[in-house]
Amino acid sequence: MMIKLQAKDIVFGYTSNRILENVNFEIAPSKLVTIVGPNGSGKSTLIKCIDRIAAPQGGSILIDRKDVTKMSRMDMAKYLSYVPQSSVRIFPTNVFDTILMGRRPHIGWLGSDKDEKKVWEVLRLLDIEKLAMSNFGELSGGQQQKVLIARALVQEAEVMLLDEPTSNLDIWHQLDVMNIIRDVVKKKEITAIMALHDLNLASYYSDRIIMMKKGKIVAAGDPYSVITEENIASVYRVEAAVRSLSDRPVIMPLRQIREARA
Amino acid sequence: MTSFRTLFFRGKPDASQTRSRRAGKKSNPEIAHERFKFIRIFFVLGIVALLALLTGIIITLGPLNISVTDSYSALLARFWPDYFTVDALTSRVVWNIRFPRILGGIMAGFGLGICGCVMQAVLKNPLASPFTLGITSGAQFGISVAAVIGFSILGGPYFIIGNAFFCALLCSFFIIGLAAIKGATSENLVLAGIAVNYFFSAMSQLLKYFATDDQLRLMTNWGMGDLAAFSWTNSQLLLIIFLICIPLLMTKCWDLNIMTAGDETAKSIGVNAERTRIFIMVVSSLLVATIVCFMGPIAFVGLVAPHMARMVIGGDHRFLILASGVLGGLVLMSADAIGMNLIAPTIIPTGIMTSIVGVPFFMYLMMKGKRKEFWT
Repeated sequence: MMIKLQAKDIVFGYTSNRILENVNFEIAPSKLVTIVGPNGSGKSTLIKCIDRIAAPQGGSILIDRKDVTKMSRMDMAKYLSYVPQSSVRIFPTNVFDTILMGRRPHIGWLGSDKDEKKVWEVLRLLDIEKLAMSNFGELSGGQQQKVLIARALVQEAEVMLLDEPTSNLDIWHQLDVMNIIRDVVKKKEITAIMALHDLNLASYYSDRIIMMKKGKIVAAGDPYSVITEENIASVYRVEAAVRSLSDRPVIMPLRQIREARA
Repeated sequence: MTSFRTLFFRGKPDASQTRSRRAGKKSNPEIAHERFKFIRIFFVLGIVALLALLTGIIITLGPLNISVTDSYSALLARFWPDYFTVDALTSRVVWNIRFPRILGGIMAGFGLGICGCVMQAVLKNPLASPFTLGITSGAQFGISVAAVIGFSILGGPYFIIGNAFFCALLCSFFIIGLAAIKGATSENLVLAGIAVNYFFSAMSQLLKYFATDDQLRLMTNWGMGDLAAFSWTNSQLLLIIFLICIPLLMTKCWDLNIMTAGDETAKSIGVNAERTRIFIMVVSSLLVATIVCFMGPIAFVGLVAPHMARMVIGGDHRFLILASGVLGGLVLMSADAIGMNLIAPTIIPTGIMTSIVGVPFFMYLMMKGKRKEFWT
């Protein structure tokens, strides 16, 4: 099997509070992989450790067998892009300039027409060209998320990391953003790894799912092998019914599982 | 090539955007973007032209009557004596008295405007100014030590100025060092800045408590900020520091754009946020300390010049750094000219006049702005 990204023994946290403990996984090229797990399971931290936004205490990340953890930040940004959950701007910036930031790893001192052309291409690809001169801070949550994805796309990295891209969005915009991510994975042949809370979205859109609990991977594979009633009961402490719909598992949470009192 | 007419004609949005693109024409957002790029360039060139125009006009203000034509002739005759002629008295007054002070104002305003711009970006704080890192309290402490104790690092003409310079740098490097140990986040820098500011201010107050009336007067006069101390010798020293620091700051224009989006974003796009922040702070401190030791603390310019520039050309530091500098020079030069001539022959110190003239002007721009944020 071809391997695009390989995480080896990722460790993060403090001696008294380990957030990630020896996390290992491998991801094939052009796949959409989702990391799921309850609050505090370490899924967002894992995304940040892969991109060295949070510096892991141990382990390595290999992309096409090259160790990106030993590269400079600028070189690493050519392999990995990152879409944050949200972005607050202290000073107003228009959408075009916000996306142009993503060209930094490739850009010269003054920038070139080529970089601007790349921005226009991505604006058209995501159908947000008309927002180009709008102030980023005045956009809706869904539009802002599209702009952040566009910024990651102009970075032209082969692996895109996304930290809960659908949080704070209504269901229409959740589907809109997820469809965009699925489309760019296919069209641009990139690998996307995202942390996600919504198990049904993860199940519907992902090629592979990684389920985490307390900083460790407890299950990984295709949606049917990970989204099971047993896994949801042991990881989330929730009794749920899992059914099949449109060739994907769909879950309906039923009730919380309370710890037995001593 | 987009024509001038297309760039500046604001027509109604065209519904046939896609059709236009197929025909090889630019879409409406692309035309709007091209127009905005031209506006940024024209704005920077426009304020440079305004600076040159005002220089010629301000030179005419004073006891000796000099026409605007004569003032430009006197300036240009130094470089092209075959083409421009002016009488010796006018030339001496322009070159030895009036122009050095104007040049001092432009250089100080330029430096303070640029430092305010880059500091606001790396500290992600619209209230940051060149004095956030305690330069003023450090320099004030240096002046107090020289005046009250009689100790100075340098002797001769730099007895007081030398102390102001080194203590200003000591204070800001102490703050940067503290923040670097704890992690050079914008919050740590601002907090360390406030704490160390108080410490150096308290030390100055302590020395003031033991000072004589003459020593107190010296300290108070310096604290007002004035261009009177500026001379051709100082301008050469200032120019050297400018030629080192400003290109260094300009090389970071892309990183500054990205850092305003937060450290997390900066790191993911390849910018080492903490290292860049320290670099900008060290270079800015050197620049501001040099200006402050000669002219005293001239507040307000470094705070508002970047906001004024952002109101017109947005937040792209490729243009914003230079525009903030030129606007800083314009504000400081104009305020000083008013201060010199308002109740002549009494000269109101530049630091006082900058705030008196600048604040109402800035309030006007703030109220006139369409958007809610005052810096847009």
